[in-house]
Amino acid sequence: MGELAPGTMTGPRGPKPRKRLSARNIMLYGTLIVAALYYLLPLYVMVVTSLKGMPEIRLGNVFAPPLEITFEPWVKAWSSACTGLTCEGLSSGFWNSVQILIPSVVVSIAIASVNGYALANWKFRGSEMFFTILLFGAFIPYQVMIYPIVIILRELGLFSSLGGLVLVHTIFGMPILTLLFRNYFASLPEELFKAARVDGAGFWGIFFKVMMPMSLPIFVVAIILQVTGIWNDFLFGVIYAGTQNYPMTVQLNNIVNSVQGVKEYNVNMAATILTGLVPLVVYFVSGKLFVRGIAAGAVKG
Amino acid sequence: MARSNRPPKLLRNLSAKIAAIPMIATAIVIFVGCTAWTVAHSFTGSRLLPKLNWVGTKQYDRLWDANRWLQSVENIVIYGVCSLIFSLVIGFLLAALLDQKIRFENTFRTIFLYPFALSFIVTGLVWQWVLNPEFGIEKIVQGWGFEGFAFAPLQNQDWVIYGVLIAGLWQGTGFVMCLMLAGLRGIDEDIWKAARVDGIPMWKTYIFIVIPMMKGVLITALVIIAAGIVKVYDLVVAQTGGGPGIASEVPAKYVYDYMFKNQNLGQGFAASTVMLLTVLIILIPWAYLEFGRRKRG
Repeated sequence: MGELAPGTMTGPRGPKPRKRLSARNIMLYGTLIVAALYYLLPLYVMVVTSLKGMPEIRLGNVFAPPLEITFEPWVKAWSSACTGLTCEGLSSGFWNSVQILIPSVVVSIAIASVNGYALANWKFRGSEMFFTILLFGAFIPYQVMIYPIVIILRELGLFSSLGGLVLVHTIFGMPILTLLFRNYFASLPEELFKAARVDGAGFWGIFFKVMMPMSLPIFVVAIILQVTGIWNDFLFGVIYAGTQNYPMTVQLNNIVNSVQGVKEYNVNMAATILTGLVPLVVYFVSGKLFVRGIAAGAVKG
Repeated sequence: MARSNRPPKLLRNLSAKIAAIPMIATAIVIFVGCTAWTVAHSFTGSRLLPKLNWVGTKQYDRLWDANRWLQSVENIVIYGVCSLIFSLVIGFLLAALLDQKIRFENTFRTIFLYPFALSFIVTGLVWQWVLNPEFGIEKIVQGWGFEGFAFAPLQNQDWVIYGVLIAGLWQGTGFVMCLMLAGLRGIDEDIWKAARVDGIPMWKTYIFIVIPMMKGVLITALVIIAAGIVKVYDLVVAQTGGGPGIASEVPAKYVYDYMFKNQNLGQGFAASTVMLLTVLIILIPWAYLEFGRRKRG
């Protein structure tokens, strides 16, 4: 009944058109916008403060937009802010963090992906038990394990070094990453694995030639997870890195909470933005994958 | 090829076993070994260096006599209870709002979630600045004509932990919202239709039908938030440094300070063992439920 004869229509058909400005919509969007403002406020305050000069900060309040925009605080935060020990700014911390980040991400993902692959496709007696222990380990407070790890690293000659910190990040990233890879590999069709075995491929052959090429998305998720996690780490950096290798978060805290000298709020906020920039860029660029990465962290157990 | 040619049991599937060595070593040496080591040493009188001179439960007696520890525990209880309630409620409300087929859903979600990408250090420092009484919220409201307005939680011993809570919620609620949204999206559209046909108001549908259906997501969120609360450390270090006085100390900071600053290892070990026990109290019932359900299902 595509065309109705005129007169047979008794009323309007189809869904009732919604009014754009109904009371419900005003409430709905009003609440969401207020909430969004609350979440955006600190970001706005950081940016605004970092662009002001100190006299202007002392006169005004944190929300006032800058009258005279200056980039000096940014330059100072990067190259000459003082931590109480030295006045080299955040740049050295940035490069330390990069030096920590790259090997930690590569090593932890390499090891965890092979672990997950072994757990998914090459189960052996006891493999599930070790995996369960590993997952429970993810919930043990780090404070319980930090001191014995100091002793282990000292025995290995890795305490206060980049290598030691990379090892620690690999260890503590292992539960969640292994889970991530295990679940992903287990979800791939088993026929692929069997066919490769029939063709005579072994453990490593299947991993490199069949599994890895199919797993790009999960590797990206793992990289996002690790880059943000390791960049944001403070506790391990302050304990295991040693003064000369302090990551950016530790140096940032030392700069802002340093008790010496006059507080330069604009420099502090510029330094804070600089430190948050890497994870923020990762977040905005990766979009949905970031959500998937953290959701992967959520389905533990 | 005869059966006798097969390699001995231990060597079968050898590559997989070699590949799993890092995992096995981590599980045994770090998670089991180091934890046992710390628990054992919490019964010793270790000070500058770990020693095995047993002193029974003396460290625990001292721990529960220490004002700073009691303050830390009180703080983490307040922070924990508030943080659990508020992040679950706010997270759920935001998710429910986003689930109303609204425009710009992605934009709103991006805004609510971005703080989660930032570290606790950055979070703590930003909120230290926003809550600064000389330039921050207090000054602005006073500028509007409310001269007597006082809002300086970070400078007030009774309120400082709530100042930390504001920052913690800002950082973490977006994540809870994401979990909840995934839970809401998993609910069958037909349930909503049925409820609408029966004329059940929306809020009733949420409370009596939808929330009970989301039990799995809720429990997961609960466990994740709870496990995160026990670890709170960086946020306090950055935002208040434990002050004013000892008013915003937390257990994780107690452990760190006694191990690495005050050279009183025994106290640190005892405090961290108490933290471990707390986590186990949360974790064991959950694991029991979770794995029990799986076996039955």
